[in-house]
Amino acid sequence: MNFAVLVFPGSNCDIDCYKAVEDTTGQSVEYVWHTATDLSKYDCIILPGGFSYGDYLRSGAISRFAPVMNEVVKAAEQGKFIIGICNGFQILLESGLLPGAMRRNDTVKFRCHQSDLKVQNNKNPFTHEYKIGEVIDIPIAHMEGNYYCDETTLVSLKENNQIIFTYEGENPNGSVENIAGICNKKGNVLGMMPHPERAVHELLGSADGKKMFTSVLSAWREKNGVAIG
Amino acid sequence: MALQSVKEPTVEQIVDQKIYQQFGVTDEEFKKICGFLGRKPNYTEIGVFSVMWSEHCSYKTSKPILRKFPTTGERVLMGPGEGAGIVDIGDNQAVVFKIESHNHPSAVEPYQGAATGVGGIIRDIFSMGARPIALLNSLRFGSLNNDRVKYLFEHVVEGIAGYGNCIGIPTVGGEVMFDDSYEGNPLVNAMCVGLIDHDQIQKGVAEGVGNPVFYVGPATGRDGIHGATFSSEELTEETQAKRSAVQVGDPFMEKLVMEACLELIDSGIVLGIQDMGAAGLTCSSSEMASKAGNGMELYLDQVPQREEGMTAYEMMLSESQERMLFVIKPEHEEQAVEIFKRWGLDCPKVGKVTNDGSLKLFHQGELVADMPVTALVDECPVYNKPSRVPAYYESNQKLELSYDEVKDLNQALKDVLASPTVASKEWVYNQYDYMVRTSTAVQPGSDAAVVTIRGTRKALAMTTDCNSRFVYLDPEVGGKIATSEAARNIVCSGAEPLAITDNLNFGNPDKPEIFWQLDQSAEGIAEACNVLNTPVIGGNVSLYNENNKGAINPTPVIGMVGLVHDVDHITTQAFKNDGDIVFLLGDTKDELGGSEFQTIIQGKTEGKPPVIDLEKEKLLLDTVLQAIQKGLVASAHDLSEGGLAVALAESCISGEKGAEINFKSDLRPDIALFSESQSRILLSTSPEQAEKLEKWLSEQAVPYQKIGNVTNNSDLQIYVNDQQVIQSSVEQLEKVWKDAIPCLMK
Repeated sequence: MNFAVLVFPGSNCDIDCYKAVEDTTGQSVEYVWHTATDLSKYDCIILPGGFSYGDYLRSGAISRFAPVMNEVVKAAEQGKFIIGICNGFQILLESGLLPGAMRRNDTVKFRCHQSDLKVQNNKNPFTHEYKIGEVIDIPIAHMEGNYYCDETTLVSLKENNQIIFTYEGENPNGSVENIAGICNKKGNVLGMMPHPERAVHELLGSADGKKMFTSVLSAWREKNGVAIG
Repeated sequence: MALQSVKEPTVEQIVDQKIYQQFGVTDEEFKKICGFLGRKPNYTEIGVFSVMWSEHCSYKTSKPILRKFPTTGERVLMGPGEGAGIVDIGDNQAVVFKIESHNHPSAVEPYQGAATGVGGIIRDIFSMGARPIALLNSLRFGSLNNDRVKYLFEHVVEGIAGYGNCIGIPTVGGEVMFDDSYEGNPLVNAMCVGLIDHDQIQKGVAEGVGNPVFYVGPATGRDGIHGATFSSEELTEETQAKRSAVQVGDPFMEKLVMEACLELIDSGIVLGIQDMGAAGLTCSSSEMASKAGNGMELYLDQVPQREEGMTAYEMMLSESQERMLFVIKPEHEEQAVEIFKRWGLDCPKVGKVTNDGSLKLFHQGELVADMPVTALVDECPVYNKPSRVPAYYESNQKLELSYDEVKDLNQALKDVLASPTVASKEWVYNQYDYMVRTSTAVQPGSDAAVVTIRGTRKALAMTTDCNSRFVYLDPEVGGKIATSEAARNIVCSGAEPLAITDNLNFGNPDKPEIFWQLDQSAEGIAEACNVLNTPVIGGNVSLYNENNKGAINPTPVIGMVGLVHDVDHITTQAFKNDGDIVFLLGDTKDELGGSEFQTIIQGKTEGKPPVIDLEKEKLLLDTVLQAIQKGLVASAHDLSEGGLAVALAESCISGEKGAEINFKSDLRPDIALFSESQSRILLSTSPEQAEKLEKWLSEQAVPYQKIGNVTNNSDLQIYVNDQQVIQSSVEQLEKVWKDAIPCLMK
């Protein structure tokens, strides 16, 4: 399986995502520059966290116009797996691949700490190795993670089982319905504010994020009929 | 253009009106400058000389002090003099680190002042060729009961967060302390740690006569030019419009410049590279030329300019951020341009290395300045300032402390835990991204932060420390304590102390009492560094830190880095398991001078600070480090502010455990629990290992006492000589400790 980690000017979790894929799946992973115009060789595309274009104008608002984003849209249509983490989630919202928008945290401060997430849905390529209702420890680090959508969108998110993660216990940013991560209707594009790539080694605080990456790998294997071994 | 030349004073005006004095150049120094030039300087030249001969660039006051420091050692690959010092950590790898102050800008504009402080120190690290891997800081503010102080505190923290988070370097540790002496003059010291392979080490040298000099980064504006420059009477009209703003940081730009420069360095074509920090283009160009024994020509029309009609003077003195200067061979120009283009950056050629030893500036077709680089960089006079023992020191030395016994120690513990200096700094560090780069093994809040090195079993421990109350009461002892405490924090996290960087924050050294503080504390630091084998590999001096009530507490901040030889050695302060046995190492004496207890309960800072015996400290550190490496230690915590009582509370809180302690002591219970005697460490270990640990401590002749157990009953109970003096739920202590700063900031 081939993973791509996109690099926008100002991405700063690109290396972390790369390492996490390498350490958890052992699969091929490459950095792909924001100007790239061909993503055909990749099966999973990760949009990493950071401050692409310095968060100028609005988080993700400039990156969505990067040439590579046309290819991300195509890949999403083809059913490839797309994961947007933190700033990557913001870019997916700005580009319309996921519904809703991001507001500044209701605490008006940047927040970085471990946070408890509840897995709300495991019928998708990203979380099928978790149990429904499982609480996992995944850190957050953001200033604009206050997810918002209107009532109609929220109803539709619920009807289609698109809410993947919610914050358990304290909601750190004021997001609607404690939402921490959602996917598209088709279930192949995931956006989440917390950082699973920061939770793949016990030494660094938690390894609860590992299963996200291994879920993607086993989902891909199943889809492509690759024997597990 | 014509407009500018009209405004600039002529050579005659500079001499007749002694305009150089506004730049801080004395009559004597002006004469020397004329001597070096063989004529009188013009406006640009006197501007350039004045910044190069300022304390910040020349260290003319502090040089005699800095000479006291040991700067070499078997591991030191580069000592002071370059952007940052470098220490070998084996396997062809080295650690690069430095601390720097941004006190004055932060007092004026806290967000940008702090942010650009972070930006500047990061440039110092990557200009050495190193990949920055962690940031720390050391912050000092007045009392949080004051609204202006709250404003400064809030925005300094936001500025540090804003810059570090965006550029993607984790802010993993530091310290924040509050004392009235810092009101109106906060201290903002930022430290950066980087990692480098030996063969990638760069120097700021302009090598190879005829080689081109390139500029990279955003355009040069009028920001950061000294405001006083424009304060002469006839310029008043323009003063408001032109008065320099505090520099504004752009971490996104620095991220691009950093990545591009590291790629350029990696390509192997760089001959010399230096950042434009203090005194911008002036300092970088003259230092690079001087270090190579060469000269440099700069073509100022090629310098990207953000504003119209900038003069040579303005361009040379601008402190616009995120700019770098580098030298390569002419045949590599295309390759360099390609690399920067990929990152969306230009790198105009702005100069040439020459062999005449002069810094020559060309602007609009004319030679506008011509100065010998050695005069700029090396010939600034060095001053031996008069020193005098202050009266306050004499009287404190004679003072015998005797306070009424504090009986309610439950309340005393809560009061000390709620002191903002001791209280949890979660409100601060939760605003910092301390996890980006996924290497932070020990997060903020323990004794030292620990960052792993990918692909190895090694890790780096890092800390900043200085208890300025001790330094105030006795600068020499305080200097020793600051260094020892840093080393203790490093050892408690499982690392071997390697070296230090220091940031000497003091008042006005023209006052003999202040100079004495500076001199004595450096003496103490130097002695501690010698005994602890931690050389000084670089640092920064910030003088003239005063407010209308006088000087700040003398604050020589120690930034120390240590090497964890194996990640299995990483240790934290948190109690780990029910039933673990708790040991107190070191002797507890009647030493409340300068303690947190004295400040909070008595409302005073007086007497003598705790004594420190460096040989005993060294023995303690070696013994504890080896105990950790032998696997005999479950938790380790340095005793500092708040003494034994606070250390126990912190180990309980961070481990979410209780403890039952019975401490035997000849001292009164309040003194026994809150004394800040030095060279003490709290250890816990499993019952299985306890015997081995005791044997090891006895063999090494380190004084210790087995004082109790970690419990699961979620209470901290402390007895002194079998008398219960503290009984509190850990949850309650945690609440007091965690809520203190958020409550004050509401």
